[in-house]
Amino acid sequence: MSNQYCTFRISDMLFGVDVLKVQEIIQFQEMTVVPLSDTVVRGLVNLRGQIVTALDLHVRLDIDSNEDTDTRPINIVLCTEGGAVSLLVDSIGDVLTVEETAEESPPPNLNAKTREILVKVCKLEDELLLVLDAEKTVELGQLAKL
Amino acid sequence: MSDFDAMDEILREFLVESYENLDSLDTDLIVLEKDPHSEEILGKVFRTIHTIKGTSGVLGFGKLEKVTHVGENLLSRMRDGELTYDEGIATGLLQMVDAVREMLNLIESDGSDGQESYGALIAILESLLDSGSVSPPEVEAAPEASAAPEASAAPEAEISEPVEEPVAEVAQPESDDDSDDGSLALETSDSEPELATVESNVGTPGQVEPQRAKSSPLSDSTVRVDVCLLDQLMTQVGELVLARNRIMQYGQQSGDPELQSTIQGLNLITSELQEEVMKTRMQPIGSIWNKFPRAVRDLCVDMGKKVNLVMEGQETELDRTLIEAIKDPLMHALRNSVDHGVELPEARLRAGKSFTGTVRLKAYHEGGQVTIELKDDGAGIDPVKIGQKCIEKGIYTKEEVQRMTSRELVNCVFAPGFSTAAKVTNVSGRGVGMDVVKTNIEKIGGTVELKSKQGEWTELKMKIPLTLAIIPALVVNHNGGRYAIPQASLLELLRLEGVQAAGKIERVHGARVYRLRGRLLPLIHLGEVLNQESCFWPGDGTTEEEEGRSWNIVVLHADDQTFGLVVDGINDTEEIVVKPLGKQLKNIPVFSGATIMGDGNVALILDILGIGKVSDVFTPEGARTDVKAGQQAESEKPHGSTMILVEIGSDGRMALPLSSVSRLEEFKSDRIERSAGREVIQYRGNIMPLVRLANLVGRPSGNTEDSEIIQVVVKGEGKEAVGIIVDRILDITETNYDDNNDQGETSIVVDGRVTEIVRTSDVLASAGY
Repeated sequence: MSNQYCTFRISDMLFGVDVLKVQEIIQFQEMTVVPLSDTVVRGLVNLRGQIVTALDLHVRLDIDSNEDTDTRPINIVLCTEGGAVSLLVDSIGDVLTVEETAEESPPPNLNAKTREILVKVCKLEDELLLVLDAEKTVELGQLAKL
Repeated sequence: MSDFDAMDEILREFLVESYENLDSLDTDLIVLEKDPHSEEILGKVFRTIHTIKGTSGVLGFGKLEKVTHVGENLLSRMRDGELTYDEGIATGLLQMVDAVREMLNLIESDGSDGQESYGALIAILESLLDSGSVSPPEVEAAPEASAAPEASAAPEAEISEPVEEPVAEVAQPESDDDSDDGSLALETSDSEPELATVESNVGTPGQVEPQRAKSSPLSDSTVRVDVCLLDQLMTQVGELVLARNRIMQYGQQSGDPELQSTIQGLNLITSELQEEVMKTRMQPIGSIWNKFPRAVRDLCVDMGKKVNLVMEGQETELDRTLIEAIKDPLMHALRNSVDHGVELPEARLRAGKSFTGTVRLKAYHEGGQVTIELKDDGAGIDPVKIGQKCIEKGIYTKEEVQRMTSRELVNCVFAPGFSTAAKVTNVSGRGVGMDVVKTNIEKIGGTVELKSKQGEWTELKMKIPLTLAIIPALVVNHNGGRYAIPQASLLELLRLEGVQAAGKIERVHGARVYRLRGRLLPLIHLGEVLNQESCFWPGDGTTEEEEGRSWNIVVLHADDQTFGLVVDGINDTEEIVVKPLGKQLKNIPVFSGATIMGDGNVALILDILGIGKVSDVFTPEGARTDVKAGQQAESEKPHGSTMILVEIGSDGRMALPLSSVSRLEEFKSDRIERSAGREVIQYRGNIMPLVRLANLVGRPSGNTEDSEIIQVVVKGEGKEAVGIIVDRILDITETNYDDNNDQGETSIVVDGRVTEIVRTSDVLASAGY
């Protein structure tokens, strides 16, 4: 058995989500900032008449932004139970097919924020692919400050 | 389509049609009660029952068939003139309708018509049958007689199925929710309610044929459409409206005349399409009202009251989602009117009213909203009693109640946990009533207002928006962001310029207020609400900094309270399509949704109620701000009354309550004639007596008797009218004098001048009118 993942990079790390959860991948769009929202929420995007919340994965995963801020993030639009949600990532990779034998559960010494949403670690030839749970990634809980 | 599916389809059709027929049956039976000899309605009722009976026989619902069968016998006796419709029969038949509805519900949920045999009901109906002039053997004969057409009804039903088929295909038969309102009939022409009956009569031979032939064009002009389809259509049109907005904005920039005219066309078509699609979702309010006559009748029977329900404006249309939302509150309010409003017949006679009470339900369009009025001519609401009740229930303290005006007290019935009924009836009086009505109406953006005159009437006025999907909104700028404010909560816009602004915005212990026509308007800065850094209030900076600046105050209204929201800029009003926010943003109380603007960017819609709540401009109990804001606000509260200011003599100013005045007129003084020593004038076909206010109050008039034009304040209408001649009509102004709650004041301060109050009725009485 094998699984297919849509891969993307945040800083220098390689992440992936179940390819069936991905609705589409689009260029950076103008965003409307939502005051008072959780810091993870970068803004609202108009996706052909549909309003989609864009989440900053840097903040979500506690990864510092790269120095060069010129590169515009790319939207990976996920189809979740609560509707479409966009994840902002630094760059997009291939769709990889990974054998289940190469998958392992995340190590226990991972930071808590990431462990919440990380379901698997895939051992690729030259690096590790960190697989995120789409539903949990877009679940922000009661973090928003008022 | 397999046989099983076909059967399912027939069953579904049967249920939908039967529910519809039963609804009209309720109304018809009550009409029949008033006019027992209407053959047309009797025939309609008979056909409906007959159809249900026939079809249930075919589908094998024995009990349903049995119950309707007895009812049918009763009706056929009446149709033949052997029995006369009376209250007993009406009650029996209505009970039968209830039983049928119960069984249909059972059929819908588990496919059988239940275990209950309805023996008691059948016995009642049979005894009604016996009470006629017919001997028992003939009663026995009746079932066989009507069983015959039934047998032939079965094949007929099969044959007629293909006839129905094409219609059904257009109508999206794969709807899952086949409840009674799961689909609605699209009426493209002036169709009649008979439509339902006509359709359901397919499959019953004999007497129905001619009727069907006569009105078949009607069924050709209407199509059943699934509501889901209409909702999708509505969404698509919403998208189209947004696309149009974008193109229009682009077109304005480009300046290409060819493009301009094309856009003009697109604009027109889109607007029309939007309007038409909105119409398809519109349903006449009558569709929920048709249950009311029955409810009122049942209540009256229970409570021994006599109430005549008058309904006006049934054809007034509303979006169906709103229709659903107002159904229960309206029913509740109606029950309240009958239960608490209208008195018992004896009490009415004692009060000098007619034996039968009247409850008037009226709906009409007004200013882009639908207004529903519910007025009864019952005992009215006693503000004193309400006040006592409030104290008893601990809703307000004694001091608070004393400070309230009678109008405020009347509106206390909307307070949660309030109920004045001396005893709890099974109808109302559980104390959950009116506040639920109010919250439900407010939830859909409507307003509720209650007025009453003790001993005479009570009126409940609800204002409801036409639709929720596309709303007009004011777009404002703040700190680089754009926000939409629903126009429903907008009262007015104010603009303060430069340095003067600092003087106009005052501070009450840190809180900013603005004097708006003598009232203190609490101000909130949108920047503060949104937790942004830049909250630049007037007076914060140096004179140079403030010279070129201006402040925009959007005066908003929510939950009966008014406050001002300070924003950087005001753009325009626009029709916006409301879209929900994702769950990641659901917990932010100040936004109710988002929309896409003409340039394709997203703007957030402000939730005015939410903003008011997070900014603490509301006190928890709603309408109490005014009272708590202290004596200052209290004395400047404009909900007193509107007064007409008039001048008498060179310096005498007097105020007349506007409510007692019907018109202001100017006449040439040569039109004044004399009759029986009094001055009169011909006015609107009547002779109107004239009185001079100066003479009545014993002041010298500034005008000589022969000045050319006289200014007259007219009180009363038609033959009752009396003209009060004043020297000059100055102004109409809001004052704190409350003429509903006369404290015996003789003068008030208006515009800084002491002004005498003229109690028109007292003054006229002294002149002998």
